[in-house]
Amino acid sequence: MAEIIHLREPVDERLHERLHERLARAREAAGNVVDPEVPVLTIEDLGVLREVRFAGEVVEVVITPTYSGCPAMDLIALQVDLALEKAGFASRKVTLSLSPAWTTDWMSEAGKEKLRAYGIAPPVGRAKGRGALFGVDEIPCPHCGSAETERVSEFGSTACKALWRCRACREPFDYFKCI
Amino acid sequence: METPLLTYTLRLADNALILGHRLGEWCGHGPMLEEDLALANMALDCIGQARNFYTYAGEIEGRGRSEDDLAYLRDCDEFRNILLVERPRGDFAFTILRQFLYAAFMHPYFERLGTSKDERLAAIAAKAVKEMAYHLRHSAEWVIRLGDGTEESAARLQEALADLWPFTGEMFEVDETERALIEAGLAVDPAGIRPLWLDTVDRVFADALLNRPKDGWMQTGGRRGEHSEHLGHLLADLQFMQRAYPGSTW
Repeated sequence: MAEIIHLREPVDERLHERLHERLARAREAAGNVVDPEVPVLTIEDLGVLREVRFAGEVVEVVITPTYSGCPAMDLIALQVDLALEKAGFASRKVTLSLSPAWTTDWMSEAGKEKLRAYGIAPPVGRAKGRGALFGVDEIPCPHCGSAETERVSEFGSTACKALWRCRACREPFDYFKCI
Repeated sequence: METPLLTYTLRLADNALILGHRLGEWCGHGPMLEEDLALANMALDCIGQARNFYTYAGEIEGRGRSEDDLAYLRDCDEFRNILLVERPRGDFAFTILRQFLYAAFMHPYFERLGTSKDERLAAIAAKAVKEMAYHLRHSAEWVIRLGDGTEESAARLQEALADLWPFTGEMFEVDETERALIEAGLAVDPAGIRPLWLDTVDRVFADALLNRPKDGWMQTGGRRGEHSEHLGHLLADLQFMQRAYPGSTW
């Protein structure tokens, strides 16, 4: 009995390692695709990348849209496919998933920091339900850090952003809405 | 033969598409840049929701029709949207008040549809509810601003309310098709939405110094495919490219 295990183990380990390596390579390739509208963020930072898995030789990447009408999804799917091809995967599939619904809670801390450095205020607080409806948020300015800011427009340059202005440094800025 | 689930899904899709188109008509015509952006953004949300519902409708039907086929190649009497969303866009007061009346209904509606036994409808609704929260907040703020604004803005808003009110009853209509789906836990019963809707409407109208009209006769028919002439004109615009150049892509 012990001998059999001894013989099988290295084979299993190699298989396991190979699968692990392929998965990591696919995840890195897909995860490094950037959002075409916020090019400092990767789809991994955003939480748009949901899963990377293998079914036999086929690598499948699951992505989720930020908003129902997000016009960037087609381009993101195409770029994921290209990135996987570059990384040497011949059989690929990109799947769009709606559930669970994307939330800014999935954005990584590193992602939020990158946003701020880029001049976009990251989402503040956690996504809420009805309570957030008529609430007023305090959004610190991404340029000078002042809390003396005001909303100019609920809707900004893309579906995921609102337009704000800082009363201290007078600079306008985009705010990544918390949903 | 349309199954109840297909009819229901098309109703949701058509409401979203037609309202999205009306909002989109404002692109480049908004009263100011920020509002132009807001209206286009809300249009984008609605059209995105419509795309999700149409794609699902095509799958339920199982005849290989795509979201584009359903949006661009059906005639007026095949559309199932409520009449409220096909009314011409009017002035800004009319557009924003319609958006408020619709969002105040659709926000709690999508919230409940998010727990539908139909997983696909639930998934689409769970996304859409977040978008409707923004539409509701934005339009409610404007209703208050216009209603409690100048003499002219208040008068225009009051006039828009008189025009729109008779079309709100259709949101709460339930026919046999939908009754069966409600009982099966697939569709939402609008009767449960009504007190929430009235509460939101009354709260915002109080701040906007608007009086809620008394419920009287309500115009319906859109959900059965009986539309005003306005939908024909809208579709002529929306569907022109696919009618003139069938199958064209870009």
